[in-house]
Amino acid sequence: MYSYSEFDTDFLAARNAQFRTQVERRIAGSLTEDEFKPLRLMNGLYLQLHAYMLRVAIPYGTLNGAKMRKLAEIAERWDKGYGHFTTRQNIQFNWPALKDVPDMLDALAEVGMHAIQTSGNTIRNVTADHFSGAAADEIADPRPVAELLRQWSTDHPEFQFMPRKFKIAITGSPNDRAVTKAHDIGLRMLERDGARGFEVIVGGGLGRTPMIGKVINDFLPEADLLPYLEAIVSVWNQIGRRDNKYKARIKITVHEHGIDEIRRLVDARFVKTRAAFTGVDQQMLREIEGHFAPPSFKATSEARFKDAYHSDPVFRSWADTNLTAHKAPGYKIVSISLKKHGATPGDASSDQMRLMADLAEEFGHDQLRISHEQNVILPHVHISDLPALHARLKSAELATANIGLISDIIACPGMDYCALATARSIPIAQQIANRFDDIKREHDIGQLKIKISGCINACGHHHVGHIGILGLDRAGVESYQITLGGDHTETAAVGDRAGPGFSADDIIPAIERIVDAYLDLRTNEDEPFLDTYRRTGMAPFKAALYPESKAVAAE
Amino acid sequence: MPKPFTPKVVTANHLLQGDVIYQTAAGWTRRLQDAEVLTDEADADLRLIDAIQQRDVVVGAYLAEITLQDGLPTPTHFREDFRATGPSNYAHGKQVELH
Repeated sequence: MYSYSEFDTDFLAARNAQFRTQVERRIAGSLTEDEFKPLRLMNGLYLQLHAYMLRVAIPYGTLNGAKMRKLAEIAERWDKGYGHFTTRQNIQFNWPALKDVPDMLDALAEVGMHAIQTSGNTIRNVTADHFSGAAADEIADPRPVAELLRQWSTDHPEFQFMPRKFKIAITGSPNDRAVTKAHDIGLRMLERDGARGFEVIVGGGLGRTPMIGKVINDFLPEADLLPYLEAIVSVWNQIGRRDNKYKARIKITVHEHGIDEIRRLVDARFVKTRAAFTGVDQQMLREIEGHFAPPSFKATSEARFKDAYHSDPVFRSWADTNLTAHKAPGYKIVSISLKKHGATPGDASSDQMRLMADLAEEFGHDQLRISHEQNVILPHVHISDLPALHARLKSAELATANIGLISDIIACPGMDYCALATARSIPIAQQIANRFDDIKREHDIGQLKIKISGCINACGHHHVGHIGILGLDRAGVESYQITLGGDHTETAAVGDRAGPGFSADDIIPAIERIVDAYLDLRTNEDEPFLDTYRRTGMAPFKAALYPESKAVAAE
Repeated sequence: MPKPFTPKVVTANHLLQGDVIYQTAAGWTRRLQDAEVLTDEADADLRLIDAIQQRDVVVGAYLAEITLQDGLPTPTHFREDFRATGPSNYAHGKQVELH
């Protein structure tokens, strides 16, 4: 994992000292809210519905035990003893007091963390495959490149006041777990004739105008990455619309100008940016790569795993659901579910965070990742350690065996916390999870991704959920609109709207009708929901969702 | 004919704590039921201006719609209801702090 250089440490200390005086000046009254707001947003501090909210960057979702433990301490000392992991691999603290935020930032700096550029019209936290460095299907670990991008984009003088925010995601695997096609720039690492490069995707995004990104360059040599990205961002910075915030994102620029015209402009700009790069970025990348050397994997007997797998059905169910293939023999990637049935998706208490930190240190080569699906990953665990690990997770209510299943729901904070929300998300997620837990059907239903957003901005990725739920305010009442057939992977697709929305009371039965229809329609147990939907289309699901309109039509 | 003016309260977030507050005749309160109910449009506009000018105390002041139930101000929209109560997933915020 990258550890800060003296330059990084000094930069962060200076930045935190600067923000401390800004907070002091705001409290003393010498800065107005209009003056202070852009300053606090640049440091990740929002004012939400009930309180301030501090959004802390977890670069490319990577943590170690010390960092996780510090997050637990911050939650306990200055918040209400928990944190909320987000779809951008960040963590949010929902209840800080303004005067405490400078101390929280100093505490973060002790472990090389910050909240810089987690808001504002800047390049945000770079997100990456949460299985990076571990996945069996990976071409290369994308995190060194993600770290290079973090360093390049942090406080980049040209990119501090852009038309709108800008999000970059990267994957080193052909199986896209980083939602690269729904980002302003998506990067997919490739190898061609022994040389490494990137497929560069531009203009994806969710929100009120969902777009699947388009390929602007099908193979960009690795060494050209920063000048090429600088060319893209600077072209957009110049021609992106500033007259209307809803048309400011690069997806609209690409849509309005066309990908061919954007490519032409970027290529022209790239000639200049490439000339300005001297190769020092590649030297830095080599140095960064040294921080991400794979751990020394051990080789031990797998007997303990096999014994537990055969003797303990609870362990077996968890192992079948929450483990993923690892590149090293004898190892597995462990997904720790933060989706216990009825709990708030993505929330972890300080005690849970500390336990995960301990487990990472004891069993996981001191590595943790946060997934955009709001779970925590231990990327490197030898299977002989899994029974002990599972027992410890169980003791902290962290052993729910539901990864990828219907109760593994993405949900944004919604109107329970967010000032922008138009309806609540969390209670809907809680009720769906409880409902399918009660009827004990989720393992039978299989892979099914429900994603819930409490407003059109789509932090809950509803457009790319197999079942997407969007909460809206319809004449002063919470109303939930359903989309079907969304896909966040390399075959990304925006879901189709099913029809009129449902009230908070009716949305859970509506989801059940969709699931029942799927169970009737699937050819066999191996056909997942998304495949069934793609085979049958919307019609049978619509009939199940709106039985009354079918009855009317038949009359 | 102009729409008749419906009762309102001035609400905002507190600068230091960030929590929801309501204007009273004398200052601010954290309880909606103690808020000053404004039934006259011109008066409401003046009270809002007064609130906005208190830049060292409050952030984002606005007029929120209420109805009177048993003489007490009550939210008409679910958003204001949550602001007056707290989140629904945990017993945090006003629902516990004010009791």
